[in-house]
Amino acid sequence: MESLASAPTFCEPLDDDGLSEPTFLDRLFDQGLLVRTGVDGLYGRSGAFESVVEALDRLIGRLGAADNAEVLRFPPGMSRPAFERSGYLKGFPNLAGTVHSFCGHEGEHAKLLACVEAGEDWTAGQKATDIVLTPAACYPLYPVAAARGALPAEGRLFDLQSYCFRREPSLEPTRMQLFRMREYVRMGSPDQVLAFRESWLERGTQMIRDLALPLAIDAANDPFFGRAGRMLANNQRAQGLKFELNVPVNSVEKPTACLSFNYHQDHFGTTWGLTQADGSVAHTACVGFGLERITLALLRHHGLDLAAWPEAVRRVLWG
Amino acid sequence: MVSPEAIRNILARNEALAPIAGEISEDENLFDKGLDSFGSVQLMLALEEHFDVEFPDHLLSRKSFSTIRSIRETVSSLVQAEAA
Ligand SMILES: [Zn+2]
Repeated sequence: MESLASAPTFCEPLDDDGLSEPTFLDRLFDQGLLVRTGVDGLYGRSGAFESVVEALDRLIGRLGAADNAEVLRFPPGMSRPAFERSGYLKGFPNLAGTVHSFCGHEGEHAKLLACVEAGEDWTAGQKATDIVLTPAACYPLYPVAAARGALPAEGRLFDLQSYCFRREPSLEPTRMQLFRMREYVRMGSPDQVLAFRESWLERGTQMIRDLALPLAIDAANDPFFGRAGRMLANNQRAQGLKFELNVPVNSVEKPTACLSFNYHQDHFGTTWGLTQADGSVAHTACVGFGLERITLALLRHHGLDLAAWPEAVRRVLWG
Repeated sequence: MVSPEAIRNILARNEALAPIAGEISEDENLFDKGLDSFGSVQLMLALEEHFDVEFPDHLLSRKSFSTIRSIRETVSSLVQAEAA
């Protein structure tokens, strides 16, 4: 992981050399916008921070309102069998978070307490439950959609938002372990889902422009694990399956993906037996909005005092 | 030179290609025949094990594994490089 100390600076004379000046993360803590928990990437949020997240959530809802997406909300945990079937472990075993629980009897309880008391590992007896932390907002959706039977001729469109978990502890505030992702998910024919992705590439770009943030759209790949993952990543790029809308937050050289536009082809359709009206395998695509990441981009570029943000930006967010 | 049969035998281990592995011509696109991304990764690993080679990063692409001919050429070049 690149250290913040070497991160180049921009947009204000902020010298993150780690000696004389506090980092962006430190300033977020100092200002009370984020709250330390002792775990990198796991933070509390202040009312001010949340007011931006909520405004963005509403803004994204307004941008998509005309499409009449079906709103669904899932908790940040999903069924373990569904998670296993999704194939997530093939690509990202290192990022997954499983929920474990104490399943023993009284004798084991006493042993557990003794371990805690002695500062020893008390987790050895914890058993995996049937819940896994949601890795992306759309993962719990596919089995639910497939259970309804074949798609109607016009396909389907869903509106999701969830806390998601990825185990990648980092000092970059934009790389949280638990964060919220708003998503629109389209299911249908290849033409339908690609048209959807195209429309959100446009809308998303306009949205970030309206928020007066610098941006670039780039071909991207998911962070697949290992050597096999390198091949998956190369394929994903070569086929133009994933694009990201990047905004410099921590550095100019390594900008932060704030929106992502993903074409899964028939991956989830095949995995879940999701079919189009004519019986052929459904294709899917999703657009994801990293709500904390966009919030952090706004704080980085417009300052930590929301009241001092440009009037035009405040109008977009709060009317 | 690596024979097409050796490649077909390995393709036959893939679920989607197993029933047709014997009939696929050297230039037919395996992805059109039902090979998917994860299948291509498994194919890559199986080829590495069978021929005792390691694909360098720049060959870890869809293109390298798209036809029996391209697989033969890629694997042959790696086997020769090992032998040299
Ligand atoms: Zn998604």
